[in-house]
Amino acid sequence: MDTRFSDEDLAFRDEVRAFFSEEYTQELQDRMKDKTTFKAAVIEWQKKLHAKGWIAPGWPVEYGGTGWTPTQKYIYDSERASAGVRDNVPFGLTMVGPVIYSFGTPEQKEQFLPRILASDDWWCQGYSEPGSGSDLASLKTKAERDGDDYIVNGAKIWTTYAQYADWIFCLVRTSNEGKKQEGISFLLIDMKTPGIKVNPIVSIDNHHSLNEVEFNNVRVPVANRIGDENRGWHIAKSLLEHERTGIAGVADCKRAVSEIKRLATLEVNGGKALIENPNFQSRLADIDIELMALEYTELRVLASLSGGGAPGPESSMLKIKGTEMQQATQTLIMDLAAYYQGVLPNDLSSDVLGHSFGSQARQSFMYGRASTIYGGSNEVQKNIIAKAVLGL
Amino acid sequence: MNFDFSEEQSMLRDSVAKYVQDDYDWETRKAIAASEGGMSADNWQTFAELGWLSVPFEEQYGGFGGGPVDIMVMMEEFGKGLVLEPYLATVVLFGGLLQKGTNEALKEALIPSVIDGSCSGAFAYLERQSRHEMSDVLTTVTADGDDRIINGEKVVVFNATNANQMIVSARSSGAQADKDGLSLFVVPADAEGIEQTSYRLMDGQVVANVRFNNVRVPATNAVCAEGSAWELINAVTQDAILAVSAEALGIMGQLNSKTVEYTKTREQFGVKISFFQALQHRMVETFMAYEQTKSLLYRAVCDFEADKLEKRESLLALKIMIDKAGKLIYSEAIQMHGGMGITDELDIGHYAKRLMMIGTTFGDAMHHLTEFTEVRYAS
Repeated sequence: MDTRFSDEDLAFRDEVRAFFSEEYTQELQDRMKDKTTFKAAVIEWQKKLHAKGWIAPGWPVEYGGTGWTPTQKYIYDSERASAGVRDNVPFGLTMVGPVIYSFGTPEQKEQFLPRILASDDWWCQGYSEPGSGSDLASLKTKAERDGDDYIVNGAKIWTTYAQYADWIFCLVRTSNEGKKQEGISFLLIDMKTPGIKVNPIVSIDNHHSLNEVEFNNVRVPVANRIGDENRGWHIAKSLLEHERTGIAGVADCKRAVSEIKRLATLEVNGGKALIENPNFQSRLADIDIELMALEYTELRVLASLSGGGAPGPESSMLKIKGTEMQQATQTLIMDLAAYYQGVLPNDLSSDVLGHSFGSQARQSFMYGRASTIYGGSNEVQKNIIAKAVLGL
Repeated sequence: MNFDFSEEQSMLRDSVAKYVQDDYDWETRKAIAASEGGMSADNWQTFAELGWLSVPFEEQYGGFGGGPVDIMVMMEEFGKGLVLEPYLATVVLFGGLLQKGTNEALKEALIPSVIDGSCSGAFAYLERQSRHEMSDVLTTVTADGDDRIINGEKVVVFNATNANQMIVSARSSGAQADKDGLSLFVVPADAEGIEQTSYRLMDGQVVANVRFNNVRVPATNAVCAEGSAWELINAVTQDAILAVSAEALGIMGQLNSKTVEYTKTREQFGVKISFFQALQHRMVETFMAYEQTKSLLYRAVCDFEADKLEKRESLLALKIMIDKAGKLIYSEAIQMHGGMGITDELDIGHYAKRLMMIGTTFGDAMHHLTEFTEVRYAS
């Protein structure tokens, strides 16, 4: 029981802090905010991390991981968030990457892992379907064998960044025999393959990041299947657990809380800063306390993983609490923005509007509604805890 | 004691309900929201013909002589259809200030044109620094003989781009947030020295920041005695809170019933998701939040009709509940619609955004809790 940082830890912290402050330039951030330069800027940033050797803290060293201790991982993520550095696009690095190094053939590892690490391929995730959300195993997109290929037909939905993607990893139905979980396979599909159509979905933040992806007689080599045929569910489950650990987002929530504190000293109501208002203080304290707890819950999970074990059902708790806390901070920032939360500024500057953070608050809040829905909805996470942890 | 509507009130409610049902379907509403002014002038004329614009005004000006209950039944129905036309800005705020003010000449000149639909109005009350404190006014008014000169900037002015007349709050004397020293003036929207910067809000409204650069109006445009407008501002804001709360109730009802309906059609794990108790119980919670909100609305409206001493407390409790119950209800509606709930295409997100705007308009829960606890628990 000791959570003090060693001298080595402190030196590591300084190194990380210096790296972000030098490399994550304002100019780069501005290009990330512009949707026409977003993709190139994100790739450029991730390549910098790759060159530094820091692109995949979660991976085993043999595949390109950092070999960091849980404390170093914690320090890295805290520094990343407090510097306002965006988290890596997860689809390659934290989703399909671990699947490929855990279940892939040597050829698959060689083909895909270096390109994932170097951000040479942009990945997206093909899990949900119009009729299969929480009940993922009921998915209907089918892959039928034709010699050395599968022919894929169906549709995936809520596919984030499909419009940018080079590759999509998909759960497809290869058998209708037995339990529905037992007829699913895991396929990697090149987005340039004929028969793939990406239809944009505008979400309630007025942005386009989600898509529907249609597959019409799409020919995929059997060599692109990860693991055995009809064993895809098992693989998907392990991936979802990785995804859930990733989305606790404690460090980003802590940054949001310090941002809330800063804004609340600036926002004045009736001659008094909000930070002095007891009603505001009590709202903020509720969030702060839950977050203090969640930070240590995450550390406990990280520490137990350091032996090399895979995250288990307790990762569901990180997902539930983490997304609840994200939404709580997003809601409080909206309240700080008051009526400016509703402003759609288009090209008007904050000087002209009279407010700086309302519009960004609204965008984060609106898109943030998705966090309790994706990655296995929080309702599904509670089912998992009830079943797998409590034995109900 | 009863909570029944009179025959006239029922007829009024039914006429708005029928209009929303027949003439304000989702596609129609979407087209109006996308239009330049964010409202339909044709619809506004229809509202005039149906007599809706006359409801709160006294009979001597051609009004219907209605009270808070009449406004409530209409606004609830407007809420159900997410009606975009500026009933709040023109009738409740602009018209309400004239009606409850003391300037007979202005009433005679303007109220009939509000009622016949030819005058669209706005109330410019918010400033960059004011947040929810409506007495926090830096815009100034100074005397120049029989004229008054207004200088300053108002922000997020509802209906400013459509209005031909505005009422602006300005400071004649006193310090920044003093309740004494405030005045209200009618200013034609095309007066020299007015600059507007318009933009949209997430609920579809087109609003504007309005800058007053040495805007000159005759002293006779004062809506009430100069320097003592606070009581009038407060009174009309209270009416406006009742009105938007009723609108919010209409929205909450829609979100709840649409969610219940969706869970009865969406199938997962081989059953309708309404089958799951975990979801059932949450829909029971949002149902109860709706009913509790309705009770506070009725309580406040009854207190205002009867002019009870405790009407202010009831109003504060109501507005606090609107914010809190609203957050619960829109969050659950989006969540239980799953991915569909976060699409721009579905109406759920749009109901949520209007409810969010109402939550913060005329003060949110955090703001009103301060006064509520002072009034309730001060020794």
